[in-house]
Amino acid sequence: MRPLTPQKIVGICAALLGILFVEGVISLRMGAYPIGVRDIVATLYHGALGQWDVIPSEFLLIVFKLRLPRIALGILVGAALSTAGASFQALLRNPLADPYVLGVSSGAALGAIISLILAPHTPGAIQAAAFAGAAGTVAIVYFLGRRGGQLDSPTLLLAGIVAASFLSAVIMFLMTTLSGRDLRGMAFWLMGDLQSAPSVDLRWLYFLLIVAVGCIFTTSSDLNLILTGEQEARHLGVNVNRVKLVVYIAASVLTGLAVSVSGAIGYVGLLVPHAMRMLFGTDYRLLIPTSAIGGAIAIVLADTLARTIVAPTELPVGAMTALAGAPVFIYLMRRRMR
Amino acid sequence: MSSAAGSNSALAARAMPPRSADGVRVRAEQVSYAYSATDRSAPKFTLGPVSFEARERELIAILGPNASGKSTLLKLLAGVLKPLAGRVEVDGEEVSGLETRTRAQRIALVAQESALLFPLRVWEYVLQGRYPYGKRLRFESDEDCLLAGNALAQVGADTLRDRWMDQLSGGEKQRVILARALAQQPSLLLLDEPTQHLDIGGKVELLRRLRKLADEHRYTVVVVTHELNLAAEFSDRIALMHNGKCLRMGSPVEVYERDVLQQVFEAPLEVEVRESGRPRVILGGNH
Repeated sequence: MRPLTPQKIVGICAALLGILFVEGVISLRMGAYPIGVRDIVATLYHGALGQWDVIPSEFLLIVFKLRLPRIALGILVGAALSTAGASFQALLRNPLADPYVLGVSSGAALGAIISLILAPHTPGAIQAAAFAGAAGTVAIVYFLGRRGGQLDSPTLLLAGIVAASFLSAVIMFLMTTLSGRDLRGMAFWLMGDLQSAPSVDLRWLYFLLIVAVGCIFTTSSDLNLILTGEQEARHLGVNVNRVKLVVYIAASVLTGLAVSVSGAIGYVGLLVPHAMRMLFGTDYRLLIPTSAIGGAIAIVLADTLARTIVAPTELPVGAMTALAGAPVFIYLMRRRMR
Repeated sequence: MSSAAGSNSALAARAMPPRSADGVRVRAEQVSYAYSATDRSAPKFTLGPVSFEARERELIAILGPNASGKSTLLKLLAGVLKPLAGRVEVDGEEVSGLETRTRAQRIALVAQESALLFPLRVWEYVLQGRYPYGKRLRFESDEDCLLAGNALAQVGADTLRDRWMDQLSGGEKQRVILARALAQQPSLLLLDEPTQHLDIGGKVELLRRLRKLADEHRYTVVVVTHELNLAAEFSDRIALMHNGKCLRMGSPVEVYERDVLQQVFEAPLEVEVRESGRPRVILGGNH
């Protein structure tokens, strides 16, 4: 028996953060204006020490104004969606659960679009509306997915698919009210996009991310037992209702904040937690932090490919994740049916 | 070496349930319960009022036909359901007043099904039984590992510890589930139809182990089962449920009367008493 220790979690997370850092430096290098690794490291070093006048102006613009904010946004979105996916899989006791598949991302997108139409200049309105849309959709899908008082896996997925298509139809209807210029940007955003800078300070979004991931992490040993069945978890002393409420709110916040800045990026919440399970096991005390960092790695990679693979044209990052995620979803579904 | 052996024996002693003051482990007094489809509709099923008592080292079988209230009574004893009237006490304290983790330290309920969403190793599963004793995030201590190992050894499953749960046979899985319940260090072990998916060899082995846990480790064991003959062979007393009432409670030979069994199970059952003094139920008449 080798039970999980805090040291093991810290060690694995540190290794993953190292991979994320290396990937970040490579991503900073790539683009229309190539910069050498040494220059990037020097620029980052001087930036970290606040020595802005030492940094050449073109590096300052490219690294700190263009590429780094986009990577920071990718890290935020990847961590949020991936943690939300792992959480929904435990909360709904369904290994195929993901904010995108369940229609939760569509709910958040609808909320964000309504707030863009009604209150386009109110700070934080998009995030709040996206959270409300995500939370509302989870509640509806949860109740539609029950049969005979129990959550039923196929019914839940069907409920998610129906909710996603209904919400997409409403989004399409609302989009017809927008002008042609807004429409293209909105269509790109809906497919998942990291090009546009968020309307609120990124630090606030990171604060929300850390709080929400932290809340879910504190329930991770409870989630381990909920995965074996809610009744059994209750018998072992888990306050199931409290855990479900915390995870439900925190995962909805994560989906809402990711969708509000990047649109509906699919399959990250499915792909990354399953990859982390295969690498490190099913214990949620390790799965939550590794999914958060793994999600960040996945989105930074997908976005780097999206902006370089057919340069100078850029693909939406959601298209990249869907290309990788959809086959994995089918594989997992078929393996589960066998 | 001697100190390690000393600490092991201390832990083994701690794995034993505490002695109850008057010998009564669980007592249900005139408990009743009702299920309804909705809050306002008339009850679809009513249990009780039922009184029940189990003492230290006792193995009690709850028998009865389907929908007679066996599992409902077990859930009331476990504190999973709160009685509409009456009270349930474990070691002298009312169960519904216990905090959920304290309750899990005293009562282990082994439910009918255990479906895992993701694969888990046997030792990881048994360590879950230590959850009620952990702090926040509940990282398992060396003591938890030792107690989980002891629990596996108690059910003869220590060789299974590195196997995957979904690769176990029905009998092996049932033993591991029992080990997780023992890792909770409860004083009261409640099992809801644990023999359901086992072959006859597995059924006998499980009941033999439960008997041993009661005799040698002072557990109070309450088992819901449909196995009339195995219950007669291994239990100290039997509670016979019928239409939500406890029709009889006593030793197997007191409870197993031909007329009573025929009425309850609506089958031509005959009872014969073996040399050991324990009754045996056989199918009688022309069928």
